Amino acid sequence: MVASSTSKSSLSVTLRVWRQAGPNQPGKFVDYAAKDLNPDMSFLEMLDVVNDDITTKGEEPIAFAHDCREGICGTCSCTINGKPHGPGRGIATCQLYMRSFHDGDLIVVEPFRARSFPVIKDLITDRSAFDKIMQAGGFITVRTGAAPDANSIPVPKHDADLAMDAAACIGCGACVAACRNASAMLFVSAKVSQLGLFPQGQPERDKRVLAMVSTMDAMGFGNCTNQYECSAACPKTISHDFIARMNRDYLKASFRSVFKPVSNSTGGGAA
Amino acid sequence: MSLAGNLFHSSIGRKFLMALTGLILVGFVVGHLVGNLQIFQDPDHINGYAAFLHQMGPLLWVARIVLLISVGIHIWAATALALENKQARTGNGPATAKHWIQATLSSRFVRWTGYVVLAFVIYHLAQFTLGVAGSAQFKENLPRYVMAADYRVAGFPVIKAGAEVLDVHSMVILGFQNPIVSVFYIIAVGLLSFHLLHGIDSFFQTMGWRSAKWSGALRKLTLVFCLAYFLGNLAIPGSVLTGMKGLREGFRAPSTSRTARR
Repeated sequence: MVASSTSKSSLSVTLRVWRQAGPNQPGKFVDYAAKDLNPDMSFLEMLDVVNDDITTKGEEPIAFAHDCREGICGTCSCTINGKPHGPGRGIATCQLYMRSFHDGDLIVVEPFRARSFPVIKDLITDRSAFDKIMQAGGFITVRTGAAPDANSIPVPKHDADLAMDAAACIGCGACVAACRNASAMLFVSAKVSQLGLFPQGQPERDKRVLAMVSTMDAMGFGNCTNQYECSAACPKTISHDFIARMNRDYLKASFRSVFKPVSNSTGGGAA
Repeated sequence: MSLAGNLFHSSIGRKFLMALTGLILVGFVVGHLVGNLQIFQDPDHINGYAAFLHQMGPLLWVARIVLLISVGIHIWAATALALENKQARTGNGPATAKHWIQATLSSRFVRWTGYVVLAFVIYHLAQFTLGVAGSAQFKENLPRYVMAADYRVAGFPVIKAGAEVLDVHSMVILGFQNPIVSVFYIIAVGLLSFHLLHGIDSFFQTMGWRSAKWSGALRKLTLVFCLAYFLGNLAIPGSVLTGMKGLREGFRAPSTSRTARR
């Protein structure tokens, strides 16, 4: 993260935080003064410090989701000044440092909002809709075993690299929060492409994309309007090229399902 | 789900329908413009062309029905998708104003440009096809035009010299001599070009043919296409409005001749 200043002097900001006691309860913004902050502390550390103050006063601390604090788990999820994970490109909230702000700034902190991500409390949302999509097809059914011998299944380097780009998705939901339509297309396309690019993923390629898209729609996510706000907000800078790939996969699978021959024998094996 | 179910009910399916109908409509507007640019040639051309199209009878109706269905599906899919998008956000949108990161201007206003284009298409049909708006200048109410030479399509003379045909040439020029009509046309085709700037780019994305490797070139090609389309359309009302393109020689307005007869 590029710092907006290289100053080492402490800074004070005003936080305008979304407070909501529980699901389906009315929420509101509450202002908190965060004083004398070390510019090198992360945004989440700053929230910890603010929470210390709040707790000392006997009030309910701000609930926020966090886990690894190194940008690989996808748990932290704050919309900061209207952008998921705050200013800066290719970082999660935990990788945002206070040096990205100026002394005296007003910082608006909200949860990742979407109808499919109901607020649990304050800044924490329920993102289990993503799990439902993964359960619909984000896996390879057969055991692929331990690491195979090199070259026993040839994978072109180009495909492996592209699959790795997609696999970098940490499932945080910033794409949904950034999208004007709360669409989950970037997340789903990353998961579909990650497996669809590998030889092991081919047998279930059609079934996977049809099932995952169908579940995505059923979960109430919006539709892509090709504005690419998702990839701009993605902490892993996953490209919206994967959305194009998923669109193609989905259309191919839909048309193929009409013409693909089916065996007459039912039964005997999983139907 | 069946193929029809996938296409009409799923998110990507309906986007595919939007892309497909959009492609048909882009094809039409380009053909329509190229045909109409014949107005800059001798009146024989545009009048012969119009008579030729009308001569096609059932084929013309097939084309009209395909276009009408395309417009219907395009609007239906856009509406259905937009309502779902609203639903996905309702009650849980960002409390702060939407912070745009990289969405293009044409994508943000695509719905609004769509509304203007729809209003324009309705007016355009009323004026030049049905003769509801500005009916005194409608082709059916103008004196017939006598073809000076054969109108040829692919070398075949489809409209013979001496044939009496509708005077589309004069209708268009009389229509565009009204500055309000002309300015509305120019604004509407400008917004249509702006609509296509997002639409054509989106077509490639929805079909899955767009990637970072050539998206920059695609964007530039789309921009050039939209600009050329706009300039082509600007030429017709623009040249009439500035007086560069006037009525044909020997044209007599019917209203004056009618009063003379009375």
